[in-house]
Amino acid sequence: MELLERIAEQLDLGKADEVAALTTEAMAQGLSAETILNQGLIAGMDVVGEKFRTHRIFLPHVLLSARAMHAGMDLLKPLLIKQDVPAAGKAVLGTVRGDQHDIGKNLVGIMLAGAGFEVIDLGTDVAPAEFLDAARRHDARVIGMSALLTTTMPVMKEVVELLAKEGLAGRVKTVAGGAPVTEEYVREIGADAYAFDGVSAVDRIRRLMEEA
Amino acid sequence: MNIILENLLAAKKVLLADGAMGTRLQDAGLEPGQAPESLNLTRPEVPAGIAAEYIAAGSDLVHTNSFGGSPLMLAAHGLADQCEEINRAAAAAAVAGAAGGGLVSGSIGPCGRLLTPYGDVDPDEVLDGFRIQAAALAAGGVDLLTVETMTDLREAVLAVTAAREAIGKGIVLASLTFEPTPRGWFTIVGNDPASAAHDLAAAGVDAVGSNCGQGTEGMLSVAREFGRVTDMPLLIQANAGLPVLQGGEVHYPETPGDMAEALPDLLKAGVRIIGGCCGTTPGHIAALRGVLDQYKG
Repeated sequence: MELLERIAEQLDLGKADEVAALTTEAMAQGLSAETILNQGLIAGMDVVGEKFRTHRIFLPHVLLSARAMHAGMDLLKPLLIKQDVPAAGKAVLGTVRGDQHDIGKNLVGIMLAGAGFEVIDLGTDVAPAEFLDAARRHDARVIGMSALLTTTMPVMKEVVELLAKEGLAGRVKTVAGGAPVTEEYVREIGADAYAFDGVSAVDRIRRLMEEA
Repeated sequence: MNIILENLLAAKKVLLADGAMGTRLQDAGLEPGQAPESLNLTRPEVPAGIAAEYIAAGSDLVHTNSFGGSPLMLAAHGLADQCEEINRAAAAAAVAGAAGGGLVSGSIGPCGRLLTPYGDVDPDEVLDGFRIQAAALAAGGVDLLTVETMTDLREAVLAVTAAREAIGKGIVLASLTFEPTPRGWFTIVGNDPASAAHDLAAAGVDAVGSNCGQGTEGMLSVAREFGRVTDMPLLIQANAGLPVLQGGEVHYPETPGDMAEALPDLLKAGVRIIGGCCGTTPGHIAALRGVLDQYKG
């Protein structure tokens, strides 16, 4: 089997050590970091994302695959930086203030990283100003907000309002998601897109980047 | 079947549990981000009052305010070292509120972390935490223990193991949260009701079922799936429907009347312990009481 296909396959199986070894082998064979990234790691995460979206696999499988992806990515990163290979985009992610739930947010981060994005993950309990500061500092064009509680959802609105107040609305796009969050709610608070799950978050963010 | 539960069900046919806790705590002034369990120490009259409210509405059993009371979950609020006193206080508050009018069950929710290898916390650490929590709830005077809202069967098994050790021959209930998929009901980590019933029975549980995540319609489907794979009594605590937004406010659409109307089908499916989860109120519990008082079994 071709090396890149084997990377994708081992990534799907969640084998971090194998993915790292195969990535090293591919680099030694002279394949470019960009090729290994796109046709090995990202191709593998695409398969994982699709299986997850269609409920053929569940969270543990995705998390183990993500670890395998990062094992390969860590090896490629220095080369990607040196060769100035641009990321698909930069996104700031976080679970909003007062909310500690991070499984959904982490999945979005995994799927974004797996699609070649640079992810700045601010963790949980993130205040609106922290989202803005990070977006400014990293020149990110997308803020992804997660809330699992009906009581913390309104913080998403604060983020949107703060962006408007600081004159960043339009330049920095907002995506919102989380169990109680709906398309209707996202429209109501004026965010740019609603993400049902990690895979749809990538689609929405890709679309927003094209508009940006 | 557990002899205590068997006797209870022989006498009562169906046990009516309580409704939502979190929203009642917010009504009482719990701040977003504040640990709900801290109120057991600072304002025990609040959880006690909620227990009393549900008993007055007709609950046969009420839960302690200790859902997030495992050391790992409390650690997110810097309260891990107060696990024992928080859970003791939670038990004492609910016992005081119930005032002998019903049973008190110690609530044990998820630890908030994922187990290795896919997560970062060692199962032994999680088990040790549940042991501290369950022992403190038992020492505080609860009659039984409820492991609830679990989304990883491995973690649920750890909690039931700890609960069984703490409560001896007492009753242990366990309840998971499922999501619909084209292949049936699964937890987010991929456990179906059949494997849940199997593994939890092996860990010493007395009744299994589901809470949170679904309204009565979804729960009926979950209950029927459990009914096909186990003879254990079933426990169901549905949300008052799935939350919808009205003018920026979160609203749970199922009324007490809606839930009362759905109850006979749930009972037919084998549900023997019924209560409510998010969005349910003493009004919902009172409506269920009305149906149960007419129920002949």
